[in-house]
Amino acid sequence: MALLSFERKYRVRGGTLIGGDLFDFWVGPLYVGFFGVTTIFFSIVGVGLILWGAAIGHDGVQTWNPWTINIAPPDISYGLAFAPLRDGGIWQLVTFCAIGAFVSWALREVEICRKLGMGYHVPVAFGVAIFAYVTLVVIRPFLLGAWGYGFPYGIFSHLDWVSNVGYQYLHFHYNPAHMIAVSFFFVTAIALGFHGSLVLSAVNPQKGEAVKQAEHEDTFFRDFIGYSVGTLGIHRVGLILALNAGFWSAVCIVISGPLWTKSWPEWWNWWLDLPIWPANF
Amino acid sequence: MAEYQNIFTAVQARGPLEMGAHSTDMEYRAGKPFLSWLVGKIGYAQFGPIHLGYMGVLTIVSFTLWLNIIGLNMLASVGWDPIEFIRQLFWLSLEPPNAKYGLSLFIPLNEGGWYMIASFFFLIGLISFWIRVYQRALALGMGTHVAWGIAAGFWLILVLGLFRPIAMGSWAEMVPYGIFPHLDWTTAFSLKYGNLFYNPFHALSITFLYGSALLFAMHGGTILAVGHLGGEREIDQIVDRGTATERAALFWRWTMGFNASMESIHRWAWWFAVLTPITGGIGILLTGTVVDNWYLWAVEHSYAPTYPQVYDPIAVDPAAMGGN
Repeated sequence: MALLSFERKYRVRGGTLIGGDLFDFWVGPLYVGFFGVTTIFFSIVGVGLILWGAAIGHDGVQTWNPWTINIAPPDISYGLAFAPLRDGGIWQLVTFCAIGAFVSWALREVEICRKLGMGYHVPVAFGVAIFAYVTLVVIRPFLLGAWGYGFPYGIFSHLDWVSNVGYQYLHFHYNPAHMIAVSFFFVTAIALGFHGSLVLSAVNPQKGEAVKQAEHEDTFFRDFIGYSVGTLGIHRVGLILALNAGFWSAVCIVISGPLWTKSWPEWWNWWLDLPIWPANF
Repeated sequence: MAEYQNIFTAVQARGPLEMGAHSTDMEYRAGKPFLSWLVGKIGYAQFGPIHLGYMGVLTIVSFTLWLNIIGLNMLASVGWDPIEFIRQLFWLSLEPPNAKYGLSLFIPLNEGGWYMIASFFFLIGLISFWIRVYQRALALGMGTHVAWGIAAGFWLILVLGLFRPIAMGSWAEMVPYGIFPHLDWTTAFSLKYGNLFYNPFHALSITFLYGSALLFAMHGGTILAVGHLGGEREIDQIVDRGTATERAALFWRWTMGFNASMESIHRWAWWFAVLTPITGGIGILLTGTVVDNWYLWAVEHSYAPTYPQVYDPIAVDPAAMGGN
């Protein structure tokens, strides 16, 4: 058994949402629970479907090259109906399995939180990531009226999708929600770098110096930028930044098509056309 | 339940304002600290003091000159009309020199000279900013991890604005200053070199960028979730592990079979954050210098997907015709 030195006292029963004691056990380091069983089920079925889809290929294109395997969604002509397996139906089932596995994973995290007497921050945060995925493959295709608007499952084929959908709106960088999302991603990485390095610099001080405490962390940042958000605050800020990055990413794609069909550079004309500018009097 | 979720600070303790730990050059610590109740709901309420010193002043002066040269050039471009300046602000640009000037340092002011002067002050600002951060760590007896993390970000900035232009032999390769203009530059760069998504280092950089957001959500969420056990006192938990760390570690061990320690999660964080600009900078430096077309490079190295032929060819891709 892969038990940490302090682990035994935490391995108590209870805290499950469903199934009572039936699935309340561990396999090696991993907790199982009812949602562990459903996670495994959806993962095996979903990955199996991807492998099958790779094996049969589509329209005469077949490959085992991991970079170029592509599980494509159905043609737009199928609308919101079920498509034949070889014609995008596999994509539909993989999508169903992926959502099933992601939601199971989040609910399993909830059970683990309950077992350990922790807050639900992590599963809630994971919920935002699931929301972003569901926005791409369910909400936006539903609003546009065809599953074919989902993105294909493949390492480089999904990048082609991002590229092509971006150029459908001429220049996606002008999408205001995309601007906000990218800014949040950059700031999140910068803030993570600052937080990681500040803690490391306090516990790995200059030669001969004692380990520093929060007072030194605060002083460093006040000396540096005039403000220290503090040890608790930085984790709030980090979580808020990261969740905003995911949330605005979902917004930027769901408004492209359902809300705005022209080029994104054109969208900004409302600002130039405001009646407040003397040139427009 | 709700009060343990640690979203906002419920009770803000108010004591004497902190002037900070001892450092070797405390005389440059300036400003009278003050409190903000609103900011105190999320983080510490105290603002200030700040350490200026020679490098701090040089940083402020350099960045101010950089920003003002850009702003005044933009203002000149709309005929010094302040209303049009606001109206067209996102579209306005200060462009780098024309390609005909190569790497010359003598460029007419209106043809990129101002751009180069602004960039010179930006470079001085970056250098003094880095020295200042490095000195702050030494003065407090702390490690220099923050400075090296910032250096990773400066690597990407310098690749874009200095190393790659020199390698390409022209200042015209530099990124224009302006909101929309720098976005136009980015898209044009990707189109010119055959889709940057096929640049493996771009892919790595995006992976670390998304990974950083994922890690910060995981780490921030975990620490807040054990906040009622004092989990945010990370340094105490590193040197003397308590139940907050034990639960945080077991949460991830039980979830994904693996856990970091309270110290190592910050090493994961540091590496994910610094690898974002390090890999991104490598990708930019190789573009146009070593690789001319990332898509064709991907075809050559068997990682560009093939799609079924759905429509008749509209035109022959000039890039696929070979020749020079």
